[in-house]
Order: sequence, then structure tokens, then C-alpha cells
Amino acid sequence: MPTEEQIFRALGLIVVAAPLLLTIIMGLLTLASTPLGERASSRLCQLSTVIGLLASLGILGCMLAWGPRNVTVNLGEWVAVHEFHFSVKFIFDRLSVPFAILIFVLCGVIGGFATRYMHREPGYNRFFVLFSVFMLGMIITSLAGTIETLFTGWELVGVSSALLVAFFHERAAPVRNGLRVWIVYRVSDAALLTASVVMHHLHGHGDFQEFLGVGNGVSWPAGQVIGLDAQSTLLVGLLLLIAAAGKSALVPFSGWLPRAMEGPTPSSAVFYGALSVHLGAYLLLRISPLLDDSLALSLAVMTIGLVTAGFASFAGRVQTDIKSALSFASLTQVGLIVAEIGVGYFWEPLRYVALVHILGHACFRTLQFIRAPSLLYDYGTLENAIGSRLPAAGRGAWLPSATRTWLYRLALEKGYLDAWLGMLFVDPILGLLRLCDALERRWSGLFEGDPEQPAPVARPSSTIVAEAPPAKTLAGQLLEKSR
Amino acid sequence: MSELHLPWLELCVLLPLIGSLVAFRYREPSEAHTVGVGFSLATFFLATGAWFDFIYMRASVAEDKFHIMTRLLGREFFQLDEISAPLLPLGALLFALVIIATVRSKARRFSFFWTLLSEAIVLATFSCKEPWLIISLLTLATLPPFFEMRARGRATGMYVFYMAIFIVFMILGWGIVMIEERSTKHVHTLYAILPLLAAVLIRSGVFPFHSWVPDFFDKSSFGTALLFVTPLTGVYAAVRLVLPVAPDWVMRSLGLMSLFTAVYAGGMTLVQTEGRRLFSFLFMSHAAVILVGLEMATVQGLTGALCTWISVSLSLTGFGLAMRAVEARRGRLQLTSYQGLYEQMPLLAVCFLLTGIAGVGFPGTMGYVGSELLIDGAVATYPLVGIAVVIASALCGIAVLHVYFLLFTGARHISSISLRMGRREKVALLTLVVILFAGGIVPQLNIASRHHAAEELLNHRGIDIVNARPPWLQDGTAGPAPIRPAHRAAKGR
Repeated sequence: MPTEEQIFRALGLIVVAAPLLLTIIMGLLTLASTPLGERASSRLCQLSTVIGLLASLGILGCMLAWGPRNVTVNLGEWVAVHEFHFSVKFIFDRLSVPFAILIFVLCGVIGGFATRYMHREPGYNRFFVLFSVFMLGMIITSLAGTIETLFTGWELVGVSSALLVAFFHERAAPVRNGLRVWIVYRVSDAALLTASVVMHHLHGHGDFQEFLGVGNGVSWPAGQVIGLDAQSTLLVGLLLLIAAAGKSALVPFSGWLPRAMEGPTPSSAVFYGALSVHLGAYLLLRISPLLDDSLALSLAVMTIGLVTAGFASFAGRVQTDIKSALSFASLTQVGLIVAEIGVGYFWEPLRYVALVHILGHACFRTLQFIRAPSLLYDYGTLENAIGSRLPAAGRGAWLPSATRTWLYRLALEKGYLDAWLGMLFVDPILGLLRLCDALERRWSGLFEGDPEQPAPVARPSSTIVAEAPPAKTLAGQLLEKSR
Repeated sequence: MSELHLPWLELCVLLPLIGSLVAFRYREPSEAHTVGVGFSLATFFLATGAWFDFIYMRASVAEDKFHIMTRLLGREFFQLDEISAPLLPLGALLFALVIIATVRSKARRFSFFWTLLSEAIVLATFSCKEPWLIISLLTLATLPPFFEMRARGRATGMYVFYMAIFIVFMILGWGIVMIEERSTKHVHTLYAILPLLAAVLIRSGVFPFHSWVPDFFDKSSFGTALLFVTPLTGVYAAVRLVLPVAPDWVMRSLGLMSLFTAVYAGGMTLVQTEGRRLFSFLFMSHAAVILVGLEMATVQGLTGALCTWISVSLSLTGFGLAMRAVEARRGRLQLTSYQGLYEQMPLLAVCFLLTGIAGVGFPGTMGYVGSELLIDGAVATYPLVGIAVVIASALCGIAVLHVYFLLFTGARHISSISLRMGRREKVALLTLVVILFAGGIVPQLNIASRHHAAEELLNHRGIDIVNARPPWLQDGTAGPAPIRPAHRAAKGR
């Protein structure tokens, strides 16, 4: 008869192995240039999702039945060389289990939706490969027991998201937006990696349980940070907050979220509207003992959440396409969730409220997103039913006309956040780099007696049928104000 | 000293040498290509044999069996140790894959004679620890690209200028080291160290001695340029020539300059408008990160650098081969407009992306744990260094996806002929992708081997490994033990 521990371990392994195997099979077949057919891809995705979901539910059931609130599945040391230990460890607790179930449910729903939505699309296989990478990344991130494991999932989510935003890659706009998403994610990744390394440096390991003082009867959201002084706590916390802000599109990184809607509806729905946009908030929940240890950090979290909620609510009111409007509505809720996490410093049960908020919001928003393509049809049906036009919104009429125009433009341009970021950070750096490049070319030219080196011209061997606009330079793309 | 079961090392050098002579006889590129493939593959199998033999022996240093060189020249020049053991098959693999992936359109301009000769020189360099021999081989290695550029009628001014300084500084520096050792000086003077340091900086493309790298990529054939830089012989020169004799402040200077280069070159990748130039800056950034790791006093930092060395060599070669394959179909790559090649060459696009992100230490690839170790070691020594390495990695990551989007997406490209990868290119690129991911999924073997090599290097520098531990393992000390100059550095050389 297997013991409780063995059952938990087996179920835990199935939860992680299901999306992992899906990714491996689809990835290898793609590399071997023998991709699966539509039906086989769809079946495999469904199978993997259902197995993962059942195993997650099994863990939840066992936890409820047998009482443990914190189950650790340790796969051992992935790398161990004297001082450096890189262990692969997954935690199943009150936070991760609901989130993992949410991931499987939404990925399953969207997988089924995408099977029909993407039918006969040229990139069908590519979509499902990226879908599997995304699901794997989300599961790894949500269950990660060490910051290195979390980083692995975090990166997988990042690269699959950027490629999915650029899914319709024969057009330039999705590609530009994909690159923008990638840039923000890289900033977020850099912050997370730095936090990981700082944790390693201060603690000797990146184990969440040891770092946050959970396990041995103490489970999330309880816990206490061990062995860190106030300054170090603040440093690690701020780095993680930057990482979370990048991933959850919090201010000032909010610009990427409406851009991410360039991707196909199934991916924008589940990935940006429902799951990955909550990943930052999830990270903040995971490190909640760290927030409990620092009032300044909690206040920073609360402030950034409220500012994001205000900004997204403001910008979302004037969006002219449904997916952008929904993305801002989503961001408003994410801002509120983050604020709840920050306020949790004063009243711990708010962390549960934040978790429930994530679960409810993710499901609701997914439904809205997958209904988005048929919105006009829905409106038509509604108007036919009531026999007249739907009432138009007319708020703010009491404001002077000039102010209203100014506010409208400000909201439409998303507070000029991207432009400000570009002007303050990106433009000066790229300008300097271009100057250095020009100087280097002059120096090279001196050896040929010609300080101005002409750039070699490409010899096209074939033609570009759809006229491609010239690629904007990175600075141009970053400074671009709107989609 | 332990003895290998066969004269692997001598055979590894001899075989490509013979291959180059055979290839020289063939004027027809396809025949020369066949010769090149045969000899380079055979050399790779021999080099792998040498590596496995070395692992099986569990020795720290091993020599060839039969001592043929001792009988001929009175001394055994080739040796294998923990540092060089995996570099030998690595170097052979890079040469074999570049030769295999050379398509017909490129074979006319890619000299198999010079390539096999270069392979013999590189493998001989990795097989020896004798400083003067390393210097001679590094000098010889600069000649094949020069002759190739001359044969193509390209300007060689900058290459000759930088390589001449590199060679002169190497000879000058090591000459002074030898003189100082004869006069029983324990600490080497700046006159000895600085020329050696400058030589390493030039060969590794560290700012401000890096200008030859983009120029070289522009003038030389892509294959030759790849094989000249990706085995990272400049880093090897640093390990064999500078590391054993340099005092800690010199290593710190090397580290700082490399760190600046890593960030600078990473930034420069963002503003490049030519594919080859972008690749050259990507190479410089990666090579500089490895040099930063070499400067670490901690075992994990150095282990990370040595791991990253292997992964960067493989991933850059893969990335370069993918870029070369696109070039073979589209001409020199201009990164000013979207080319939309994905539909024409989907597998090539995937390999391009995978090798590119593997280079920046993406999770699941070989470089990931190496980068973690390196950054960890950097933070343990100087926290800001670790952050700078992270920034460099982030910049390179952005550049990789940027160039991927520019080449493969953003437009619809229709061609009257198939632009898909040929069988040879597929073999070469998929081999690299598989190795990069296999090494990422099962990293322990590589990490453990590099860890031993790192310990050996630190011992060689006279660093107390026990005290050179991270802060959390020390009692009451704020950082790792400072590096002590290796007074006994060149004893017995």
C-alpha cells in the first residue's frame, strides 16, 4: 500500500510531467520536420491538460482529506558541486494548488477553443508548440519551490508569450509588438535573476521554504523571513517587485499589455488577459512573508497596485477596440489585486482575498476574451432584442471641452508612458550607442583609407511579395506611441 | 604522469594536417568538401576518444602513449588536463560541423585546405600547456585567415595591424616572464604582465582592442571567421599565459575591462544594421562574460566561466551557421527591413532562435547553469559585477529576438526556388541544438568536470580554495579570500 508521501509525490510528478511531455513531444516532432496533424495536436493537448488537471485535483483532494497544507515534491539536486546546489523542488500548498488547477482549466478551455479557432491556420502547429511551452512555464512557475525553478518557468512564459504576440508574423505590427513584449519581459527577467542571485549570495540557496520560513507545520501565507536584515529584505523585495511589475504590466510597464492583443484571440485571452498577467501578482503572493517583514515594501506594492488600477481604468475608457478595452479592464483588476497584496501587511486574510480575486477574475476575463470576436454579433442580437440602440456612455460632460479633449488624448495615448520611457531611458542610450558605432566605423575606415565605410548591399535571390515596410529601428519601435 | 591508451593527441593534430594536404590536391570544391568532411569527422572521433580515455583514467594530467614526440623531439609537448580535455572534442566538433554545413554555393570561396590546417593548429593549441608552443601556435593560427582574405582580394590592414600587435605582445610578455624567472624574481613586473594582458584582450576582442573583430567578419568568409573566434582561443591564452602569472589587480583590471565590454558589446548589438557585425558584437559580449568569470576568486564563478565557455562556443557556432545559411540564400544580411523568411525556411528559423537564446543562457539549455554559477560567483565577489553580467545577458537576449524577427518575420517572402535547409545544414544545426539542450537537461556531468578544472586553476594560482568560499559559508568574513599571486607560477614550464 503506497504511503501518503508516495501518493503526493506521484501526483506531483504527474502534474509537472504532463505539460513537460507535451512540450517535448511537440518540440521534437517539430524539429524532426514531422509535426502532428491538427487532430493529433489537439488530442495530445487535451490529454495532457486533463491528466495534469486530474492530478492537481487529486492533490487537492488528498490535502483536504489527510490534512497536510504544505506538500513538497523534491526531485533532488539537479546540479550539485560543493557549495552550489541547484535543486528542483515543487511546492503544493494553498497558493500553488488553486493556481495550478486554474492554469489547467483555462489552458484546457482555450486549447479546445483554439482547436476550432485556429483550424487550417498555417501556423496551427506553431501555435500549439508555443501553447505547450507556455503551459509548462506557467505550471513550473506556479509550483516552483526554489527561485531558480521559478526563473525557468518565468523565462519559458516570456519567450512563448513574445512569439505568440508575433504569431501573425507576416505582418510587421505584431512582430514589433512581440519585440516590445520581449524587451519588457527581459527587464523583468533581469530583475528576477538578480533577485535570485542576491538570495543565493545572502542565503546560500534559493529555496523558498527555507528563505520564507514555511514548511514544518507552517504554510502559506504564514511564514517569516529568516536571516535577512531590513535592507536586504527591501533589496530582494524591490527586485522581485520590478520582476512582478514587468510580468503583470504594472505601471510603468503597462504599455505592453494592449500590444500583446496582436496575438490570436486564444492566446491573448488565456495568456495575457487571464494567466500571465496575474503571474506578477502570484509572485508577490508567494513572497508574502517578505512583504510582511517590510512596511516600506508593502507600501510600495500597494502604491504601484493602486496607481496601475487608476491608470488602467482611465486609459481603458477610451479604447476603441474590444481587446484593448478588455486588456485595460484586466489590468485594472490586476492593479487592485496587487494593492490587496500590499494591504495584506495590515490584515493577512487579504492575501486569500487576492488569491480568490485572481481565480475569479481570470475565469471571468477568459470568458470575455473568447467572446470578443463575436462582440458585434452579440451587440446586434441585444439591440434586436430590446428594439433600439444601446445607450451611449456620456460621462464627464460637466468638464470643460478643452479639458475633456486633453484627458481623452492622454487616455488614448495611455498616459504617454511608453513615450516617456523611451525618451528618458531608451533614446539616450541608443543615441550613445549609435555614436559609438559611427566612431568605430570611422576607425575601421582609416585602415582602408576611407573613413566612411559604405554598408554592403544585399543581393536578393528572391522577392518579398507583400511589400514590407522598412523595419523601424529599435529606438523607433520603443518610441512608438500607439499600435 | 598518466598515459592515455593511444596516441590520441598526436593523431588529432596529424589527421587534419594530412587532410589539408589531401584537400589541397583537389581543385574541385565538391571533392575538397568530401575530403574535408571525412577528415574533420575522423578527427572529431579521435578527439572524443581522447576525452573519454581521459575521463576513464580519472587522471589530472595525461600524455600520449608511445611517446612518439619524445623520441622525435626529445620532449612530450602534448598533454591533456582537466581544462583542455573537453575543449579538444569541442574544437574538433566545431570544425567538423562548419565544414559539413558548407553548402555548394559557399564551397568555392571557403578553403578546405586552410580550414583543416587551422583545425590542426587549434587542436594542437588545446593539447599543449607549453607557453612558447602556445604562443607559436596562436601566431600560426592568425595566418590562414590572412591568406584567405588576401586570396579574396579583401583589405587586410586592420587584421594585420591588430594581429601583429597581438603576436608581438605575446612574445614580448612571455620573454620578460622568462627573464624574470631566471633572475629568481617572485613577482612578475608590469613589463611582463601588461603585454600579455594586452595580447589576450586583443585576441578576445575586449574593448578598446576589439575593432578588428567586426572588420574581420566583414572581410573574411563567414565560416573562417566563425572558426577563428568560436573556439575562444583568446580565452585559452588567458588561462595558460595570464592566469598563472598575473597578480590579482591585473586580473581585476581584466575583469573590469571585460565587464565593460560585455555590456558595451551587448548594447552595440541593438544598433547594428548588418548581420555579421551584429554577430561579431554578440561574440565579443559572450567572450567578455567568460573573461569576467575567469577573474573570479571563487570556485563557482570560475566553474561558471568554464561551463559558459563550452556552451557559448557551441551556441555561437550554431547561431553563426544559421546566419551563414541565410546568407547563402539571401546574400549579406541587412538588418534594416523585415525579410519574412520563416515560411521559406521554418526549421532554419527555429534553429536560429534556439541557438541564439541558448547563447544567453536560456533555461533548459547548456548555458543556463553555467550563467547562474558565473553570476553567483560574480555577486559573491563584487555584487555590481553580477548585475552588469545580467544586463549584458538581457541586452544580448533582446538582440537575438530582434534579429530573428527581422530575418524571419514581418513580411511575406515568396521564392521561385526552395530555400529550405539542405541535409548537411540540417545535420550540423540539429546536432548543435541537441547537444545544447541535452547539456541543459543533464548539466551535472559538464558542471562537475568544469568544477574540477576550476579547482585546478585556482590551485595553480595559489588560491586557498577552502577560504575562497562564498560569504554564507564563512565565519565572520565578508568575502572570499583575496587572490594571491602565484609566485611559483611558471615553475617547470
